[in-house]
Parts: sequence; structure tokens; C-alpha cells
Amino acid sequence: MSARARVRAHAYLVLVFAGGVLALFLLAPVVGLVAATSPADFWSGLHHPLVWPALRLSLLTTTVSLLVVVGLGTPLAWALARSTGRVARAVEVVVQLPAVIPPAVAGVALLLTFGRRGLFAGWLYPQGWSVTFTTAAVILAEIFVSAPYFVQAATDAFRRVDQSCVVVARTLGAFPLRVFWQIELPLAVSGLVAGAAMSWARSLGEFGATLMFAGNASGKTQTLPLAIYMAFESDLRAAQALSLVLIAVAFGVLLAARATLARGARARVAR
Amino acid sequence: MLQATVTGHIGSLQIDASLVAHGGTLVLVGPNGAGKTTLLLMLLGARRPEAGRITLGETVLLDSTSGVDVPIEERRLGYVPQDYALFPHLTVLENVEFARSNEGQPRRARARQLVDEFGLGPLANRRTTELSGGEKQKVALARALAAEPRALLLDEPLAALDAATRRDVRSFLCDYLAKLDLPSVLVTHDPADALAFGARIGVMEGGRVIQSGTWEELRARPASPFVEQFVSSGAR
Repeated sequence: MSARARVRAHAYLVLVFAGGVLALFLLAPVVGLVAATSPADFWSGLHHPLVWPALRLSLLTTTVSLLVVVGLGTPLAWALARSTGRVARAVEVVVQLPAVIPPAVAGVALLLTFGRRGLFAGWLYPQGWSVTFTTAAVILAEIFVSAPYFVQAATDAFRRVDQSCVVVARTLGAFPLRVFWQIELPLAVSGLVAGAAMSWARSLGEFGATLMFAGNASGKTQTLPLAIYMAFESDLRAAQALSLVLIAVAFGVLLAARATLARGARARVAR
Repeated sequence: MLQATVTGHIGSLQIDASLVAHGGTLVLVGPNGAGKTTLLLMLLGARRPEAGRITLGETVLLDSTSGVDVPIEERRLGYVPQDYALFPHLTVLENVEFARSNEGQPRRARARQLVDEFGLGPLANRRTTELSGGEKQKVALARALAAEPRALLLDEPLAALDAATRRDVRSFLCDYLAKLDLPSVLVTHDPADALAFGARIGVMEGGRVIQSGTWEELRARPASPFVEQFVSSGAR
């Protein structure tokens, strides 16, 4: 083997080894969880009293927070994509902040701002009641941690829309609102859907902020991740069953998001 | 008649240009980066010049001294951009129908008539992503015309086509524009286009229109090395 071929072979081995080790490490816990849970454990775990209240609550809160994030985030993303000023860039950074703040820190921050003795307590809660430790608090925490994922993906999607199409649509007499509904939104929709999927997955998995700001009351604020945490101490099988459900959901969402993005990319390239 | 005088800048390029398009086609030529596309965008209202005045017949589209700035959707200028910018999620017919009448109804009859006139009938329900270059060109033109514009702006309409298609589409476009009698501005870098389309040619360099006149006038007294090279590389 020549010297160059030997170097190339060594480089290839290093790549395979380094990359392979990391990939295997990421895969191992998932495989371990699946392997450690027998079908019998899974079924009996699902019948634990913690499970169904948590499932219903998670479904409710993540749906509401998704609707709020998409409803408010879409116009925000459109504005950010179309703006070029310093203010817009600053807003973009601010919107991304919750994604890099540790969830427990987010929980403390939410408590100090919206809690009974928080910053806005006097205005928001003249009667003394506060939003903490209610289902609404779960929704607020989920919105806080998941919004950045949607807004960033949506902003990128709107940015990728061909501005020539927008200009042409306007020359044909379409006012900006019609251009948004009939041109920009359809062309950006695959990015928006993928962003919504990741955002929903993030809010489904939210633990730290929810625990601190909303508490851990079954049926009221005990979402799936919190239920897993509780179940872990009493019945491991319930924790395993819930974990498998969440992994399956997460995996499904990931595949769906990737497929949607790929289809959108193919449609653009075909032009 | 479309008349414009604008100043502005895009990046480091300072635009300071005047042009007049009577009925008939004004061909705008110039090297890359001369500001031709930017000038078209300013005429359309997609880019705001720092100062200027743009009139279309009796209508003032832009007047910086009196604060008039008609929005894009009300200027009634047809636009065929360089990459055609067909709406990829709509069919050929839906693209051409996109313009609305004053009552908000799609211009279906007019769209259908244009689609048939341009020989696009069999393609009416196809996605625009499946068309050839020449077909896309025609759809883009039909779409602009369906809105019944009062002037037409075309940015390098033939640049993306192969030589054979270019000849066919050039001849089609030439006949059609002549028949239309709409003031048109056609941007090109191809001398063959200038010869075919334009009684009048405007040359833009470095953001300024440095010369305008007929082909013969440009050849007799070229205002710059670019003009000289441009007219000498044309067939005549």
C-alpha cells in the first residue's frame, strides 16, 4: 500500500471510530430502555394510576401551548424574516434565549415574575390568587421553553421564500395580506410544520420549569415527564412504560419533521 | 408613456438615472452590476429611491418632493423577473389567473384567453415546476398581461434559455410586444435582443444612464468603451 493510501485508510478508521463511538453512545440508552422492558412490564406499567391523568394533561397543555406558539409566533417570524434593522436582530436573539437557559432557571425566573409575590403580582392578581401551581402555569412554562424552536424555524422558512415571487404577486395587485396567505405561507409551510413539530416535542418533554413554576399535582400540573419522575420512586415499570411512550412519540415527531422538511426542499429545488 | 428620474443607492452603487419609454420597447443594456435590475425594482415600487419622480401617462407613481409613493399593488406595472418567479405551488392556469379584477374576481376569461393565445392550453393544469424554460417564459408573460398592466418591465427575459429556444421566444416576444403597443422596458445584455426589440436603447453603467438613442446613433457616437464593444458585437 502506498504512503498516501495508508494515510487515507488511517483517516477513514479514525472517522469511523470517533463518529461510531458517539453515535453508539447516543443510541445505547434508547436500546437499553427498550430491551429492559418486557411487554408484560409495559402493559402493567401503563395501568398505573399516574399514567392516564398525566397523558391527558400533557395532551391538553401541549396542544394549547402549540396553538399559542404558532398563532403568535408566525406573524413574529414573518416580521423578523422581512426586517433588516438592528432591532429585529436583537428581538431574534431575545426570542432564542429561552432555548439556552437551563429549564430550572426558567422555572425560577417565571416564579419570580408571575408568582404570588412576583414582579407583576400587584397588577395581575389584585385578589391575591396567582397563576402558579395551576394548569395555566404548565402552559405558560411550555410556551416559554418551546417558542424559540418554532420561531427560529419559521423565520428561516419565511427567509427562504423567493422574494421575486412576493414582488410579482404584488405587481399583480395583491395586497400584502393576500400575498402572505396565498404565496408566502404556502411556500414556507413545510418549515413551519417542522418547527411546530420540534416545538411540540420540546414542550411535551418539559420538566424543570414546569416542576418549579407549576408544581407536581396529579391531574392538574403533573405532566408526563413529572409523572415519570414520581413513578420512578414507586413503580419502575410505570416509569419504563411512560418512557417508552415518550420515546416512541419523540421518534415519530422527528421522522415526520425531517420528512416534511425534505419534501419542502425538493419542491424548491424543482423550480 | 413611462417616465422616470430616480436617485438612490444599493450597497455601494449610486443610482442616478433617467429614462423614458414611449409606446414601444426601450431596451436597457449595460454590464453586470450597472444597476439595471435595481432601476426596474425602483420603477415597480419594490425599492424606494432616495429621490425621484416616476410618471405613467398622467398618473404620478412617485414624487419624492410631494411625498407621493404609490404602493406596488396599485402601480399597474407588469413585471417578468429574470428567473420568471412562477408560483411553484400553483398550476399554469392558477398562476395566470392570480391577478384579480376590481371586484376581486380572478380574471378567468382573460387568463384562459392568454393561455390559449400563447399555446399553453395543454399545460394549463400542470405545475409550473414541470415546464421547460421557454414555456415558463410564456407563463410569466401571460401572468403579467392578465393583470392588464399599463406598462411592462422585463428583466433579461431570454437569458436563461438555450440558443434555439431563445431565437423562437425572441421572435414570439418581438411580435407580441409590437402588437401590444404598451410602453415596455426590456433589460438585456445580449446585443441580438437590442437589435430585435428596440427602436430605442438606453445604456446603463455604474448606476447612470450614460447614453440613449437608436442602434445607429449608438454606433455612430459610442459614449463609452462598453457601448462601442456592445454595438460592434451585434450582427449589424
